[in-house]
Amino acid sequence: MPSSAHAVIETRELRKVFGSQVAVRGLSLTVPRGEIFGFLGPNGAGKSTSVKMLLGLVRPTGGHALVLGSPPEDPQVRRHVGFLPEDFRFYDWLSARELLELHGRLCGMSASRLRQRIPEILELVGLTPHRDRRLRGFSKGMLQRIGLAQAIIHEPQVVFLDEPTSGLDPMGRRTVRDILRAERERGATVFLNSHFLSEVEVTCDRVAFIKHGEVVAEHELGPETANDVRVSVRARSLGEEVVSGLGRWARDVRPTAEGLSLAVPSEEVLPDVVRHLVAAGADIYGLARQKTSLEELFVDIMGEDPGL
Amino acid sequence: MSGIWTIARVTLRESARRKLLWMALLAGGVLLAIFAIALHLQVLQFQGRSMSPFLRYQVESGMLIIGLYTCDLVAVVLTILASIDTLAGEIGSGTIHAIATKPLARWQIFAGKFLGFAVMVVVYVAVTFWATVGVAHAVAGVMPVHALRGMLLIMFECIIALSLSFLFGTWFTTLTNGVVVLGLQGVALMGGWLEQVSGFSQSAHIVTLGVISSLIQPGESLWRRAAYEMQTPLAGSLRFSPFANVSIPSMTAVAYAGFYLCVVMAAAVYHLHRRDL
Repeated sequence: MPSSAHAVIETRELRKVFGSQVAVRGLSLTVPRGEIFGFLGPNGAGKSTSVKMLLGLVRPTGGHALVLGSPPEDPQVRRHVGFLPEDFRFYDWLSARELLELHGRLCGMSASRLRQRIPEILELVGLTPHRDRRLRGFSKGMLQRIGLAQAIIHEPQVVFLDEPTSGLDPMGRRTVRDILRAERERGATVFLNSHFLSEVEVTCDRVAFIKHGEVVAEHELGPETANDVRVSVRARSLGEEVVSGLGRWARDVRPTAEGLSLAVPSEEVLPDVVRHLVAAGADIYGLARQKTSLEELFVDIMGEDPGL
Repeated sequence: MSGIWTIARVTLRESARRKLLWMALLAGGVLLAIFAIALHLQVLQFQGRSMSPFLRYQVESGMLIIGLYTCDLVAVVLTILASIDTLAGEIGSGTIHAIATKPLARWQIFAGKFLGFAVMVVVYVAVTFWATVGVAHAVAGVMPVHALRGMLLIMFECIIALSLSFLFGTWFTTLTNGVVVLGLQGVALMGGWLEQVSGFSQSAHIVTLGVISSLIQPGESLWRRAAYEMQTPLAGSLRFSPFANVSIPSMTAVAYAGFYLCVVMAAAVYHLHRRDL
């Protein structure tokens, strides 16, 4: 867990209730500077409401949120925040260039800076040939691209993206991925809300899983964990002390129906793990290396789809 | 403050790009043509009679007030129809999210949008008002007594309607907002006419009902004050005219409209500030 000293986004027990329905139960998370952070959860888990609270669009019922150290509704903080809403839409009679000019001006950019920045950003999102075309004639993918452009035109310190690759073809998704990495290189923090788990897996440094309005798990995805080995252990007689003792070699230890699932830094430590389990009285029936995709992890954490 | 101007400019451009404004101008043009023909026919009819120029002026002046009343009605309807969607629609569709997350306070978004529509409405009223006055002067040689006061009161009435459209736009969907604001305009019309009728019937109950209606929506009382300011004393005293000076709203009623506008605007800003988007 990153320390809060250099946290760009920090929430504590953030809660939102609409009437009798609890949308967000008690969200506590910390996102440090320069991280691409994935925010994952099933439909209705409270992701959009959480993002809206972090942007000052929705007033929390309880708890608190800080973005760049200040409440998100503070206009001065928003000078350093960019946002791409899900299903971005705007005045469709504006051209791409006019839209960027409007958003740039609202972010306090000067006319001279905008003259330089608008061609750059249009090139970045691949819309230079369409700069004078009205949004009315844009496809869903083109709207996503121009929406992303307006979110980062002012080079914000934090960018919130709600389903940025929705409606994009593979080339468009790759462009978005490259832009997000470039934003991270620039030092920006990216808060990504997406259903495309394969995209999240290759883009994010860390993800949080949200269920019923609270974070139920966090998971590192950065290169430092790429060599981790996930192992499933079929075993019985696994007491709490046995499991807690595994912390010496393993991290992210989770109970499964057949025993345990755990991540270790290399296969070299597996004999020590087995010796510990046997010495602690566990009955071992099998041990196998797992290749867990984010999707499998998601299903594992969230459970099966209960249906509509 | 630059954010307010940016929002105002884009709102004004949005209004100008909408067909509604151009249709309203077209409707204004058609009504003006009908008014010009009717006034011309009246002038021709008077030429065949031995009528005193003074009396002729009073009747033609009365016709001018009818023309200006039509301008007033079209302007109020344009104000409501053009603005009912601006907050309600953008909140409903989520379009406002991209703006409300910019470094602007919500009151600045509100002020920018209000300013944009107010400029549009003021320009529309000025154009149609002076076009009507110009036609009346050219055809019949008549002029309103206090034209500027009358025009400003009509603009004020439109601004009241605009503020209500913004207030309920922070609460309701576009359609509901339209129904509520048009409904209130109906209450205002009813109040104005009840007060007018009460002058003939001398019924205290009708007066009370009319006053209460005008307190709920004071727009129509502003028109009746405008009519009083613009027509000649004799034309105003002609009891057969729907705009006769039977029940003239006082300056206190105008001041109340100002207070009403402030309360509506404050309530709208407060609610927009508090609500979830």
